[in-house]
Amino acid sequence: MATYLEFIQQNEEQDGVRFSWNVWPSSRLEATRMVVPLACLLTPLKERPDLPPVQYEPVLCSRPTCKACNVDVPALIELFPSFQFPPAYGGISEVNQPAELMPQFSTIEYMIQRGAQSPLIFLYVVDTCLEEDDLQALKESLQMSLSLLPPDALVGLITFGRMVQVHELSCEGISKSYVFRGTKDLTAKQIQDMLGLTKPAMPMQQARPAQPQEHPFVSSRFLQPVHKIDMNLTDLLGELQRDPWPVTQGKRPLRSTGVALSIAVGLLEGTFPNTGARIMLFTGGPPTQGPGMVVGDELKIPIRSWHDIEKDNARFMKKATKHYEMLASRTAANGHCIDIYACALDQTGLLEMKCCANLTGGYMVMGDSFNTSLFKQTFQRIFTKDFNGDFRMAFGATLDVKTSRELKIAGAIGPCVSLNVKGPCVSENELGVGGTSQWKICGLDPTSTLGIYFEVVNQHNAPIPQGGRGAIQFVTHYQHSSTQRRIRVTTIARNWADAQTQLRHIEAAFDQEAAAVLMARLGVFRAESEEGPDVLRWLDRQLIRLCQKFGQYNKEDSASFRLSDSFSLYPQFMFHLRRSPFLQVFNNSPDESSYYRHHFARQDLTQSLIMIQPILYSYSFHGPPEPVLLDSSSILADRILLMDTFFQIVIYLGETIAQWRKAGYQDMPEYENFKHLLQAPLDDAQEILQARFPMPRYINTEHGGSQARFLLSKVNPSQTHNNLYAWGQETGAPILTDDVSLQVFMDHLKKLAVSSAC
Amino acid sequence: MNVNQSIPPVPPFGQPQPVYPGYHQSSYSGQSGSTAPAIPYGAYNGPVPGYQQTLPQGISRAPPSSGAPPASTAQAACGQVAYGQFGQGDVQNGPSSTVQMQRLPGSQPFGSPLAPVGSQPAVLQPYGPPPTSAQVTAQLAGMQISGAVAPAPPSSGLGYGPPTSLASASGSFPNSGLYGSYPQGQASPVSQAQGHPRIQTPQRSAPSQASSFTPPASGGPRLPSMTGPLLPGQGFGGPSVSQPNHVSSPPPQALPPGTQITGPLGPPPPMHSPQQPGYQPQQNGSFGSTRGPQPNYGSPYPAAPTFGSQPGPPQPLPPKRLDPDAIPSPIQVIEDDRNNRGTEPFVTGVRGQVPPLVTTNFLVKDQGNASPRYIRCTSYNIPCTSDMAKQAQVPLAAVIKPLARLPPDEASPYVVDHGESGPLRCNRCKAYMCPFMQFIEGGRRFQCCFCSCINDVPPQYFQHLDHTGKRVDAYDRPELSLGSYEFLATVDYCKNNKFPSPPAFIFMIDVSYNAIRTGLVRLLCEELKSLLDFLPREGGAEESAIRVGFVTYNKVLHFYNVKSSLAQPQMMVVSDVADMFVPLLDGFLVNVNESRAVITSLLDQIPEMFADTRETETVFVPVIQAGMEALKAAECAGKLFLFHTSLPIAEAPGKLKNRDDRKLINTDKEKTLFQPQTGAYQTLAKECVAQGCCIDLFLFPNQYVDVATLSVVPQLTGGSVYKYACFQVENDQERFLSDLRRDVQKVVGFDAVMRVRTSTGIRAVDFFGAFYMSNTTDVELAGLDGDKTVTVEFKHDDRLNEESGALLQCALLYTSCAGQRRLRIHNLALNCCTQLADLYRNCETDTLINYMAKFAYRGVLNSPVKAVRDTLITQCAQILACYRKNCASPSSAGQLILPECMKLLPVYLNCVLKSDVLQPGAEVTTDDRAYVRQLVTSMDVAETNVFFYPRLLPLTKSPIESTTEPPAVRASEERLSNGDMYLLENGLNLFLWVGASVQQGVVQSLFSVSSFSQITSGLSVLPVLDNPLSKKVRGLIDSLRAQRSRYMKLIVVKQEDKLEMLFKHFLVEDKSLSGGASYVDFLCHMHKEIRQLLS
Repeated sequence: MATYLEFIQQNEEQDGVRFSWNVWPSSRLEATRMVVPLACLLTPLKERPDLPPVQYEPVLCSRPTCKACNVDVPALIELFPSFQFPPAYGGISEVNQPAELMPQFSTIEYMIQRGAQSPLIFLYVVDTCLEEDDLQALKESLQMSLSLLPPDALVGLITFGRMVQVHELSCEGISKSYVFRGTKDLTAKQIQDMLGLTKPAMPMQQARPAQPQEHPFVSSRFLQPVHKIDMNLTDLLGELQRDPWPVTQGKRPLRSTGVALSIAVGLLEGTFPNTGARIMLFTGGPPTQGPGMVVGDELKIPIRSWHDIEKDNARFMKKATKHYEMLASRTAANGHCIDIYACALDQTGLLEMKCCANLTGGYMVMGDSFNTSLFKQTFQRIFTKDFNGDFRMAFGATLDVKTSRELKIAGAIGPCVSLNVKGPCVSENELGVGGTSQWKICGLDPTSTLGIYFEVVNQHNAPIPQGGRGAIQFVTHYQHSSTQRRIRVTTIARNWADAQTQLRHIEAAFDQEAAAVLMARLGVFRAESEEGPDVLRWLDRQLIRLCQKFGQYNKEDSASFRLSDSFSLYPQFMFHLRRSPFLQVFNNSPDESSYYRHHFARQDLTQSLIMIQPILYSYSFHGPPEPVLLDSSSILADRILLMDTFFQIVIYLGETIAQWRKAGYQDMPEYENFKHLLQAPLDDAQEILQARFPMPRYINTEHGGSQARFLLSKVNPSQTHNNLYAWGQETGAPILTDDVSLQVFMDHLKKLAVSSAC
Repeated sequence: MNVNQSIPPVPPFGQPQPVYPGYHQSSYSGQSGSTAPAIPYGAYNGPVPGYQQTLPQGISRAPPSSGAPPASTAQAACGQVAYGQFGQGDVQNGPSSTVQMQRLPGSQPFGSPLAPVGSQPAVLQPYGPPPTSAQVTAQLAGMQISGAVAPAPPSSGLGYGPPTSLASASGSFPNSGLYGSYPQGQASPVSQAQGHPRIQTPQRSAPSQASSFTPPASGGPRLPSMTGPLLPGQGFGGPSVSQPNHVSSPPPQALPPGTQITGPLGPPPPMHSPQQPGYQPQQNGSFGSTRGPQPNYGSPYPAAPTFGSQPGPPQPLPPKRLDPDAIPSPIQVIEDDRNNRGTEPFVTGVRGQVPPLVTTNFLVKDQGNASPRYIRCTSYNIPCTSDMAKQAQVPLAAVIKPLARLPPDEASPYVVDHGESGPLRCNRCKAYMCPFMQFIEGGRRFQCCFCSCINDVPPQYFQHLDHTGKRVDAYDRPELSLGSYEFLATVDYCKNNKFPSPPAFIFMIDVSYNAIRTGLVRLLCEELKSLLDFLPREGGAEESAIRVGFVTYNKVLHFYNVKSSLAQPQMMVVSDVADMFVPLLDGFLVNVNESRAVITSLLDQIPEMFADTRETETVFVPVIQAGMEALKAAECAGKLFLFHTSLPIAEAPGKLKNRDDRKLINTDKEKTLFQPQTGAYQTLAKECVAQGCCIDLFLFPNQYVDVATLSVVPQLTGGSVYKYACFQVENDQERFLSDLRRDVQKVVGFDAVMRVRTSTGIRAVDFFGAFYMSNTTDVELAGLDGDKTVTVEFKHDDRLNEESGALLQCALLYTSCAGQRRLRIHNLALNCCTQLADLYRNCETDTLINYMAKFAYRGVLNSPVKAVRDTLITQCAQILACYRKNCASPSSAGQLILPECMKLLPVYLNCVLKSDVLQPGAEVTTDDRAYVRQLVTSMDVAETNVFFYPRLLPLTKSPIESTTEPPAVRASEERLSNGDMYLLENGLNLFLWVGASVQQGVVQSLFSVSSFSQITSGLSVLPVLDNPLSKKVRGLIDSLRAQRSRYMKLIVVKQEDKLEMLFKHFLVEDKSLSGGASYVDFLCHMHKEIRQLLS
């Protein structure tokens, strides 16, 4: 633990937790003055190859109100003085210590043996209003996915277009499906009645409550184990036709996405409540009829834009959003998750549907076509396995957060819903989804990350003794992809420090990366409900306050302004955040905004940072590839740039390079080095592509190429048409924008920070 | 006429009433008090008592005479007696059996007695007076009926001059020697005229009767005899005279059968004879006319058991009952018509011809009027004014069967293609070009025969006229020379101005537990596999253009995608029955040949898929809705074949509850049993019609399914309903499959609109049948097949002109089964008359009954059944009374005189009144009634004829080698011989009745068992045995079935067996268990009604 940096890193690796502050201000007042709240990014299922799950159940604090898990007992005892050893620990000795009593196991995973294991469930909800080749590609992807599923997983298929078809998979010979009108909203009860689910299920559950799990498997004709109906389903998918209803000119196909989802939700609700299940929605266009319709079928009326929304001119938006929110909350209540794979050139209504993925921890993937590698590989990646051969997905998790009494929980931001568990450790001030100490995360993977915000409640006049530590325990119950129930427990303890006397300590323990992401999450969370400019103003104010608090300067002398190392990058992050698509809707469709925000709210710190501030590498003959400033000055004629914005990978050939390539030098043996130079970024990009989920848009462009806009819109516009001539021609490329550059931004910031007016 | 005889004078009435008791006793009894009420019915079977009583009143004279003759004679006697009475003035009832009289040798004796009676003069008078032939005919008719008349003639016959008629008459009468003489005498003038009278022809035939006979050409299409009559009529000037005679003779007694008989028997003969002389002409005429009926009577019937019994008693006690043989016999009428008119083709060129009866096989030659197979009218000579029409009360109606199937030797209508300009029509009334249009101005214009509007002839249609004003090309153009033809419609005649797509058939199969359990589904699916190769196709098309689709359902619906590109059919379940929709478009309706493999696979799998079903609830409305929506989506017309088992009680639109309540019968609420439970069905039907979606419903109920409600949609869409109660594969398979095959294969027109245009003066005011009407003129038919009939009633709205007559044009716009839009036009010209007698002479009783039955069956929806029955009786009485008053020669009120053409009206009407709908027996379910009700609604004349008066065919009477159908016998138990076997059919049921003492050899060769007792009662299939009798009977059964549009399941009934009750229900001349009157009783009642009207 040489430096905080290392400490932070180690903690992240071990526990999947990064706090904005690693030394905590010990009083409420001080904490609020820190500007950046005490919060953490928690990756509940962070992969821990070195952490074998223990085969027994956790021991609980026997005080009924506490129920904390018994991990890291020395710390616990310290933190929870009232902790009482349960009788099971009677036989503890030095040599026979349970894992949780060893300090290195601050995170421990338990496997629960009792209870029947429920299989994983994958319910495909497939849009058939697609172009022929799109549909074909989708069908192939789906067929392929069957081979990736665990053999005992249950699969189901719902297709929709003008109608919604729920396919029965158990039948031989004849393929059977239940069809629903796409315009009619049905209650869960109606759906289950119509699917014939209620009758068999009801008596069975009543008659044999002891083993209800056995029977639903049998009773549901719509969800069958992959190994049984593999061939059937493959054929069925193969025979899938485009929606046969004629679409007249000037019309959109009628697409009943709303009802299809509603039926999918109802189906699972009726058959497998509280069992891990994924509803995977594949759609190729906006819902155009029925509940949840986003746009009418007249092509001449375009789908809503941000402009329409601002003008309150989006007819269907509110109703549709309400529909999907209702579905999302039902799904969440049942512990299922909804993935949305939307592939279309135009918008598909993600704005309205986003809650389905956001609240249930499902994925949202947006692409141009199902016939692209972006979709195909992304979809394939969902089924990748970890080092144990298990799927990287978990279901139906509940995250229980416990704090020592100096802390309270303010809320969480991430792919979760509140379980509304009030308790003594729940703060009245909400940040994100608050008012509870437990959240449900219906679908999560090893990178799913929540921002959890706390409030220090210790009063200033009740100081904590020197060396006192605060503790937080995260208990995550979840269904592992192997269908086991597991519990992962992470216990964190940090030192308290008196901000008045030990501000340096606290300052040094500031994790600016985590803080940037946490603040960004707050900003994005606000942006969902507030006007864009308000959010920006709020962010600015926070930044200024932070600078005022932690900057070193002379009043009214902006030139004297300095920030310590641990804060130095933070303003830059904020600068890029302000320009990011998460807060700026200009140039983005509502769907894109929703898509970006969705991912921002669930990715871990590293990815989030990339999103905020893309990474730029430069390749040249002058040396090995090097990261360069995300600045227009980095765009040079003899360089190849590789930018990673998380959502896009852009390879940009400088002007000279592009000319060389055009001249074909790379094919000449004597210029083999040029060939290698061209190849290097491709290889690196490939590497990123391999690891990234969802698969980024891969853009290969060059100077003057139309797609170069992806790069130009991201870099800091240090050179624009306004100051071009002031800076000399040699360096970089001018960006035609009126946006302020980082330099200007910083100047303003300094000025404001040192100003006493604020 | 017969009737006349039967009716006694007042006193007799008293008596008769008692007899009637069963009938309308109350009214009668009051009157009857005097006579012997006790006997009433008993009288019938045990005639004696009734008789006796009557006698006293009737006065002595009659009895003895009647008694004397053998059974047959007895009858004759009766008739005569009546007459005699008449002559005497007092007596009474006798008349009933005039017919008999004629036949019987006994008649002669009577004749003599009769002769003396004063009646003769009366007769004569009529004669002289009867100016119009019509009257004569009418009289004749009456005559025929009445035994009295007949008898008279014989004696007098000789004396008679009118031999001309004889020829004809004799022909008909061959049997009795006496007759021979008779007929001649009588027949020549009067009889023929009368008999023919119906035909009207008499007038025209003026020349010699004989001659008339031979030449069919004569106006009187039916019988040459007609001509004969005419002559007499003319000669006489007063055929009417004859009638009076008749009248006089029979009058009083009619009502009380018993009484009648008694009275009449003795006295009448004498009466007649005397009368006859004078009469003869008339009588003869009547005979001649009768000759069809009566003469035959004599011969065939003599054996009747009742007779035998009578003879004995008669003398001591005058026969009390009205002799059944004396009253008009449907069998006789049918046989006569067959013999007289079955041989020559019926040529339609002449206006106002009455076609042969529907029971007669005849060939039609279209020369400008539509074949009677397409249109039949209640009268071919309609009154010129509405006053006359009101007076006569004879409904003016046409029974139209626009797509009737024709026998193979008649050509179906020519198709005329006028190209893009479409069919030529009148600009004002839109009538289509037809042979009656008058071309003028050298052919440049034509005058519409319906509205008199003058239209220009389009240049491309122009043609010169010949010297008669006819277009030169008249015979090259079907629309100018034929009564029926078709136009190809242009796009203007199509929905949405788009030529229609070929229609589709959708099979919708109930797969609930009941359907599976009975094996229905398996059977059906198996059958469909082969049946689909026989979808109707047009002309020489190689394959049918019709596409097919499949749906199964219980309380949810299963649609099937059977697209040819699929390896396996796909099933799509729609559970949202509350809001039905069609889940697929492409692949639902397919070409059979292209998708054969998939369809076969589907039909193989359906029974398997649902083999374990436990679902008992079904829906109904959503099913039809689904089919309709499917057609709508495919933008075509079509037909749904619905196979349904149970009351739709599942939660869905059109859900029904069991409301069967026998307690409602005979209450004011009875009508609710015929009404649909909810309006949902009508609404749905309306939508179906708009889409051209016709529904054929096959029901397989185990219990009440509320046919009244379920049949609403088929009914309004021009579909059919088939009902197989308690369906079991073993027993009902053949019947169901046969019906199904026929139903699927028959040629159908879709999305049809029918409009009947008339020339000025009358217009169509009411329509009966299976269709829907959204306005008052257009009959909309989602589907129309060759069995469906629409009955149209006309009313006057102006004066008609005798010269121009009345024209009907029925235009049917429809989509053929190949998807071609066509117009079928039928034209018919009728005569108009200023004399009521002409009307009565040109009536068609079968058609009349068809109309009345439909009228009554619709009436039960809105009125209590009793009121409906009363209306019928009243109307019938009015019709007959009007005849009596205006056309028949004056005679005693006690005599019942029936117009020749309507002499069967009472018996047929009685059958209608006794039918299950109007008078249900205890074993008849509500569903049965509703079923029959809707069936009758679209029946044609032939069907109603046999339905109401079943055919009863003796099996062993005729030589085994004869290939023709044996002559039928009257539907009465008395006619059954326990040593014989009979087949009874009414178009729906087929019974084989086996007499208890039938020969063992016969039993052996037919049933392959050794004795009567070993025959399984209720057997439905005869064993296939290789002997002539077996072959013949089975052949006969097959041929009977082939004649009917529905397969009749055979039921073997043994005499004295439980099942016999069922069989007896169809012996419609007998009193029925449910209270229906016997023929005789009803006739008496009718007479009473008429008398009341006349007084």
